[in-house]
Amino acid sequence: MTHQIRLTVNGEAVAREVEPRLTLADFLRETLDLTGTHLGCEHGVCGACTVVVDGRSVRGCLMFAVQADETSVVTVEGLAALCPQRGDAVRRGEQQLSVLQDAFRQHHALQCGFCTSGLLTTAHALLAETPDPTPDQVRLAISGNLCRCTGYIPIVEAILDAARRLRE
Amino acid sequence: MSLPAASAEHASAGTGAGAHTTAQIGRSLPRLEDARFLTGRATFVDDLKRPGLLHATVVRSPHAHARILGIDASRARALPGVVAVYTWPDIAPIAQTIPIRLGPLPGFEKYLQYPLASDRVRHVGEPVALIVADTRHAAEDALDLVDIDYLTEPAVTTVHQAEAGEALIHPESGSNIASRYTVARGEPALAFAQAAYTRRETFRCHRQAASPMETRGLLAEFDRESGVLRVWGAAKVAFFNRRWLARVFSMVEASIELIEVDVGGSFGVRGELYPEDFLVPFAAMALGRPVKWIEDRRENLLATNHSREIDCVLEIACEADGRIVGLRGRVLADLGAYVRTNGGVVPAKAAQFMPGPYRIPNCEFEVLALITNKTPVGTYRGPGRYEANFFRERLIDLAAIDLGVDAVSIRRINLIGADEMPFDCGQLCPYEPAIEFDTGDFPMAFERALHATDYVALAARNGLGADGRLHGVGLACFVESSGAGPAETGRIKVRADGGIDLFTGCSTMGQGHETVMAQIAADVFSLPVETFTLHHGSTTLVEYGYGTYHSRAVVMGGSALHLAAGKLIAQAGAWYAQRHGLEPSMVAYRGGEFFHDGRLGSLATVAQAAQAGDATARDAIEATATFETKKRTYTYGTHVAQIALDPETAQIEVLRFLAVEDIGRAVNPLLVHGQAIGAAVQGIGATFLDELIYDPQGQLLTGTLADYLLPTATDYPNVEAITLEIHRSRLNPLGVKGAGEGGIVATGAALANAVAAALASTPGYAGVTLTELPLSPERMAALLRQARHSAQRDTQTPAGPAHRGARG
Repeated sequence: MTHQIRLTVNGEAVAREVEPRLTLADFLRETLDLTGTHLGCEHGVCGACTVVVDGRSVRGCLMFAVQADETSVVTVEGLAALCPQRGDAVRRGEQQLSVLQDAFRQHHALQCGFCTSGLLTTAHALLAETPDPTPDQVRLAISGNLCRCTGYIPIVEAILDAARRLRE
Repeated sequence: MSLPAASAEHASAGTGAGAHTTAQIGRSLPRLEDARFLTGRATFVDDLKRPGLLHATVVRSPHAHARILGIDASRARALPGVVAVYTWPDIAPIAQTIPIRLGPLPGFEKYLQYPLASDRVRHVGEPVALIVADTRHAAEDALDLVDIDYLTEPAVTTVHQAEAGEALIHPESGSNIASRYTVARGEPALAFAQAAYTRRETFRCHRQAASPMETRGLLAEFDRESGVLRVWGAAKVAFFNRRWLARVFSMVEASIELIEVDVGGSFGVRGELYPEDFLVPFAAMALGRPVKWIEDRRENLLATNHSREIDCVLEIACEADGRIVGLRGRVLADLGAYVRTNGGVVPAKAAQFMPGPYRIPNCEFEVLALITNKTPVGTYRGPGRYEANFFRERLIDLAAIDLGVDAVSIRRINLIGADEMPFDCGQLCPYEPAIEFDTGDFPMAFERALHATDYVALAARNGLGADGRLHGVGLACFVESSGAGPAETGRIKVRADGGIDLFTGCSTMGQGHETVMAQIAADVFSLPVETFTLHHGSTTLVEYGYGTYHSRAVVMGGSALHLAAGKLIAQAGAWYAQRHGLEPSMVAYRGGEFFHDGRLGSLATVAQAAQAGDATARDAIEATATFETKKRTYTYGTHVAQIALDPETAQIEVLRFLAVEDIGRAVNPLLVHGQAIGAAVQGIGATFLDELIYDPQGQLLTGTLADYLLPTATDYPNVEAITLEIHRSRLNPLGVKGAGEGGIVATGAALANAVAAALASTPGYAGVTLTELPLSPERMAALLRQARHSAQRDTQTPAGPAHRGARG
């Protein structure tokens, strides 16, 4: 048995037939081939699969695709193109980076890059809601995203720096 | 507290080779590789799809120790979508045991693992069958449909049970002691007999998982037409794994390609040869279709190498002034159910690094590598060092208290100085020759750490603080090896468009080698880093590579590319010389161009000539060099931890943590700082949170990330690192030493010493001795209760020295 869902993904209208047990993360990765969303634990702890659903950060592994019916989803692939900071976006080679993405690069806030998508989407949702966060607010906001490489300190610096640049 | 800034200090004069002024090495460049990760365009192995792709899952033992009486896979095979189920008889005709890559010890050959269990399972998570299906869903559904008849046997879950040998895990071996040896230097028996003071303690370090964020995964495809087997998902040691696969599948190495795509962290565990590295290609070859297997997190915690678990009895001998004259002990390492690729590295390195950065003339260590019914152990960032540093540094603090000297002076008088380099360490590892520390000034890094933290003032405030918490500051010194040989190959090729491709046999799991290697090449060619593209890891790139482990990629791989770059410039210069009838020495090279009485042409011009069919030009624009060394580079440093312990909740806050390390020369200080901070937080988390806990039946109780706790962004915000660039290595042309592991190796030691200092300095809590990791909330709560009980007892009866071993 499948269900018809209609949603917006990174600004594009999408309609698909999905099995009820298909998670949103698998739908994005397997059905839509948006493999920037990563699966680190598939039990809701690591946060690598975080995507933005109707403006809020959501675990892609804990939500079924059918639950995303009639929502608007933003994944890491859509951050640079779709986010309000588009006007400030900077180009790195062929790829356009958002202010937040560029701040991650400047602060060396990623090493292996596997958790990075989830941290960017989480931070994106935070900054949309709280444009001027304190360091503690940033730490709390990303405390559901595990990173094994960086020790988080440069990630916190990058998000605070991006917030500063976006406010200016 | 303000957040730390990246800090690197340069020596006023490098002591090593290659001390020329450079433009790119030493720059804190943001990484060239970042954009693809930031935009979601990186390619991890699970992102790959192939036409006709099948999906594999692994049926794993639910028992720690059991005999397999029978397997019936008929229900699984009947499930729609299931293509094949493989069990032992299917692989038996060709299966070989997982090989020992490093750390071979006598006896280990009796404890090796086949890719699938035959008649006995020895740990929860051991592979018993492989299911292949059209979809991942079908493959997972079928896991429950393989009926296995198990007869359980008693599980061995501690080294003490293992040593006692009441239940044998590999009955035909006759023992659970896989190997046993003793190493020594000096005259330990005499030193201990004559010492003014000795003290013996029993320590324990807990079992940990490296837990890279990306779990393991493989995609194998066999092209029957060409006979080529391609396996995507390689990491760490692709060339070694290929050689083994070629032997098992009776193929030539050239017919097997191990392809490295983006890798989400390793920390030592990912990319070793595991059972799945045989099973997935096996299925792909048997079925003639591509097969993908992606480990889930529970499997990762159950089946990927564990590490660290060591029990240790350690005894120190000192003169009355604190000079350490002897160190001896017994290392009991829990290797888990099988000896796998890392052999005895963990216990052997624990013993070899037990004396640490001190001159300790007389040492003796007995090492027992023990088999238990737990997940096999391999290397994890700083293998054996994290453990040994904890044992030794804790014992030094205990000895200092006994001797009435402070934690600073006992270290100051024992650390090896610059005038003692190279320092002969003797042969403390049975499968390696004697080693020597190459360069360094251990007291210098120690003093730097004391100064940066104002340690003496902090230590004066050890004890009960105004906030009602127990405050303590702890020190730990270390020395860390890096740059494992024997060789690494670099190949460089100039493109007709002027870009330059770099090829290395080293692999990358997030360290930033694409940027670092470009910086190294940029300096030789005097060209911008953007000129260079690094291709890494895959077996198709260079003839033979050794991969990435033991903080070796920049030392070995960077040196190979450095040599290849010089060779290529000479070749291209000679090409111009020949064309113009000059001696090669008459052609000068600057910034990609060649000169003799004016400009002759560029590197790109040679590449264009090659493209146009000039065979001599083709030879000139490509160079391969191999850097060989048998000696390792040694970094060293000091960690300082400042903590506050709440006696009511047993919660510990890390007020400040500083890691100081001299790595000789930082190619990219921004990235080196990232390594140091990241490693430190990983180690701090491991000291307080990470613990793989087994019950007496051998069931892993921490099989999810909700139970196996990794540090989060709110846990340890006050971590700093100072990277020193004082003593370059003399063993490679760049003067570099490894930078990946020094941040983690003394974390447990420094934190334990800080907590112990807090307890020892607070009335009512001084009567306990901290000798075990982790410093988990429950262990701390128990220790605090024990301290209060012992304080009550002491007020009732006259107190005596509880732990004195002082003599004379």
